[in-house]
Amino acid sequence: MTVIGTRLPRQEDPRLLRGRGRFGDDFSAPGQLWARIVRSPSAHGLLRELDVTEAVKTAGITTVVTARDLPGKLVIPVRLAIAGTDLSRFLQPVLAADTVRYVGEPLAVVVGDDPYACEDAAELVGIDITDQPPVLDASNDKDHTAAELTRGYGDTAAAFAAAAHVVAIELAIGRHSGVPLEPRCLLAVPDPDRGTLDIFGMTKVPVWNRDLLADMLGIDETLIRVHAIDAGGGFGVRGEFYPEDFLIPWLAAKTGRPVKWAEDRAEHLIAVNHSRQQYHRVAAAFAADGRITALRDDIIQDNGAYCRTHGVAVPELTAAMLPGPYRVPAYRGRVRVVLTNKTPCGTYRAPGRFEGTAAREHLLDVAATRLGIDPIELRRRNLLTPREMPHERPISTLGTDLILDTGDYPALLAAAVKEADRLGYRAQARATTGTSTGARLRGFGLAMFVEKSGLGPQETADVTVSRSGAVHVHSGGTSLGQGIETVLAQITADALGVDPRTVRVTAGDTAAQPFGAGSWASRSTVVGGSAVHQAALAVRERALQLAARVLEAAEQDLDLADGSVSVRGDPDAKTARLSLADIAKAAAPASRYLEKGEPAGLSARRRFEVSHMTYPYGVHAAVVEVDAGTGQVRVLRYLVAYEVGRAINPMLVEGQLRGGVAQGIGGALFEEFGYDEAGQPQAITFIEYRLPTAAEIPPVDVLLSQDAPSPGNPLGVMGAGEGGINAVGATVANAVRDALGLAGGVGQLPLTPARVCTLAALAQPTGGPVTGGRA
Amino acid sequence: MKDMHAISLKVNGREHELVVEARRTLADMLRHDLGYTGTHLGCEHGICGACTVVLDGAPVRACLVFGVQADGAEVRTVEGLADGEQLSDLQQAFSDHHALQCGFCTPGFLMLAEAYLAEDATQLTEARARELVAANLCRCTGYQGIIEAVLATARARHPGRKPADEP
Repeated sequence: MTVIGTRLPRQEDPRLLRGRGRFGDDFSAPGQLWARIVRSPSAHGLLRELDVTEAVKTAGITTVVTARDLPGKLVIPVRLAIAGTDLSRFLQPVLAADTVRYVGEPLAVVVGDDPYACEDAAELVGIDITDQPPVLDASNDKDHTAAELTRGYGDTAAAFAAAAHVVAIELAIGRHSGVPLEPRCLLAVPDPDRGTLDIFGMTKVPVWNRDLLADMLGIDETLIRVHAIDAGGGFGVRGEFYPEDFLIPWLAAKTGRPVKWAEDRAEHLIAVNHSRQQYHRVAAAFAADGRITALRDDIIQDNGAYCRTHGVAVPELTAAMLPGPYRVPAYRGRVRVVLTNKTPCGTYRAPGRFEGTAAREHLLDVAATRLGIDPIELRRRNLLTPREMPHERPISTLGTDLILDTGDYPALLAAAVKEADRLGYRAQARATTGTSTGARLRGFGLAMFVEKSGLGPQETADVTVSRSGAVHVHSGGTSLGQGIETVLAQITADALGVDPRTVRVTAGDTAAQPFGAGSWASRSTVVGGSAVHQAALAVRERALQLAARVLEAAEQDLDLADGSVSVRGDPDAKTARLSLADIAKAAAPASRYLEKGEPAGLSARRRFEVSHMTYPYGVHAAVVEVDAGTGQVRVLRYLVAYEVGRAINPMLVEGQLRGGVAQGIGGALFEEFGYDEAGQPQAITFIEYRLPTAAEIPPVDVLLSQDAPSPGNPLGVMGAGEGGINAVGATVANAVRDALGLAGGVGQLPLTPARVCTLAALAQPTGGPVTGGRA
Repeated sequence: MKDMHAISLKVNGREHELVVEARRTLADMLRHDLGYTGTHLGCEHGICGACTVVLDGAPVRACLVFGVQADGAEVRTVEGLADGEQLSDLQQAFSDHHALQCGFCTPGFLMLAEAYLAEDATQLTEARARELVAANLCRCTGYQGIIEAVLATARARHPGRKPADEP
């Protein structure tokens, strides 16, 4: 019986529930020093002097380093390079040397015995900066372009000229980000005699980070071991290589002592990758019957002060994925990446797509009003059909061809609408309630999207059975809270024929798996899972081969199930049963069952290679209530319908979708990194940066579809990490627009109370309740 | 000169005596001086609640309490919930309802709910559970599983007693 598809309880849970998880700050080493980063208080200026004299003299301080102490001019390179873009002039230095470009930019590091003392000493570092005017508005900037990208095909100009209808909107997406609950933390433990460094706290792409660190330190990469840890949420931001990822190991190597750094929340909010901030001018051309004939979008990405490890991958993804699930005969997406004096940007869960989906799907709702077509019907008319699959778009993204591999988009839309109606969504949206303080307006919103998942080019897995019969999986993925240990145990148990409780997964230890590509881009189950599947199948094959020798039976007469091999049809099942532990012993060195030249051990390493991504898709729907008096928006109902190909563990897929929705509601209504006119960040605590609580997040209805198994991997799976968040901005914007009865779009996300009040004032009174108000 | 104080306290029933600096938070003291690393720090300014522990019966943000304030007190942390290898009913409910993903905020939610349930679980409605859970932040789950786990535990502890707002 397979355990794939079952709601197996998570293997991660017991340790996390007991407080025995091992997060960054839970690791310590004897004799460790602590580090505190001194950061720029200015958004833009010339760094005249850093005076560390007082700081160094403070009791308990070992050293204070600035850019002058670094071994050369070090910058953080791009991990996801996009062909045709040269970002070398825009990379972030490890420590600022002569110019500061955002509040929070690292300037110096104070190292000492105690974190409290380090913090005290950091405040004694004299910082002399001559301020220069900051660039803060990318939408009106022409002079600070880092890159320009165009993705598209067909003759959009001709199509727009010949269109029966042209509909255009502008939409600004607010600056927000992943903001995991655990701030970053790093511990680097040197062994000066062996020249090694043990690192605790790196995740996501540990092998890539190890290799980069080795290059920057000028040492062999095998001297560095990144250990597997628990991580308190990733969401794209954690685990990228930041300045601190060089500084802390380098200081450990330099001092010959363990060095630990634990970020505080105020630091996190100005130091870790921001994301999302884009300005869209998106337009569609329609034939008289509502068919899309062309789509175009001019996008400005406010990238902050530098191009970090993601380079321009986020805006590229926006432009490449913008056409979504629709038949778009001609398309052109153009992005200008502008550098501003804010915290640099990187990826955040559904990078580029949260933004692009919001622009496209909000445009479609505005177009539906203009064209006098129901918004769901307008989508239905334009969706690609199963007959058109696979659908290749002449667009490349992340270095791969964009081929929508499989699916029945109209069927999922129909199923989602049916489910929303069964649950009473549209009926509830029509029932407006009045109060003495003003109308509470309800609205229904829906949006559809295509996700991407399973980015290659490879993932490697090792599966080994030890003498006790335990099965060890060494994967290159990392544990970020998504439940990868459970999922890989289920995949292993299924392929090998063992109880998943006997499977122990190690994810993200560079010594255990030196060829891992990491956990990001919804790739771990798809690519990492496929590698584990193949390695486990190879172990099964080898186990049967060895068992045949031990049992003196033919391999084809053997069965492997429940962790042991038996001879098919043997009446005396007890004598002819061989456990995996027995077989592992039979594979031990010097075993008489090994043939000459055969390697010992019951183990296999497999590499799963894939050149194209797989494209899951989904529909979101919501009912909101808008208080026109206060501008408060409440999300009353939320539905996600999502095609995942095959759910290894439906409980975890639903968890990913629900969690994604909550984050999306944050970005649609509450979360924003604001700046004042001097470039001072305005969201530096959880008081200003408003993560949604249980009071703001409704129960999320999930319709999980497994109708379109991916043809691109042996498990048929598609990624689930980003389908919950992708269309939340779009869906909430559409529902608020519906509630207010706007003729145009909402213009801007997040829909904070002030903005909603402005929109409510603009809305044309339609005489009576404006719910569902399409005049 | 550091302002040091000798204090004693009970953590999960075990006596500790130590000398702490006046400004050291209870959270840092528990984590770094006493080794109770299950108490997590997510914001250090009292909003996220990841560091929630039970101090003399009441849930508190351990980042907003100084270690010296716990002198003579009884503290319960997440490490004290399970009975040996046996998870508590609340911990088991969290696993059953998929109320955790990364698990970083989980100890705070467990201690918050534990303190509430110990006080009065008989009248716990869905709305009150939601209000309770809204005291802390979770970035992974969307809260639904946490609310369900707290409700399920309350119902299991008080079978047959239905809150007023439910049929």
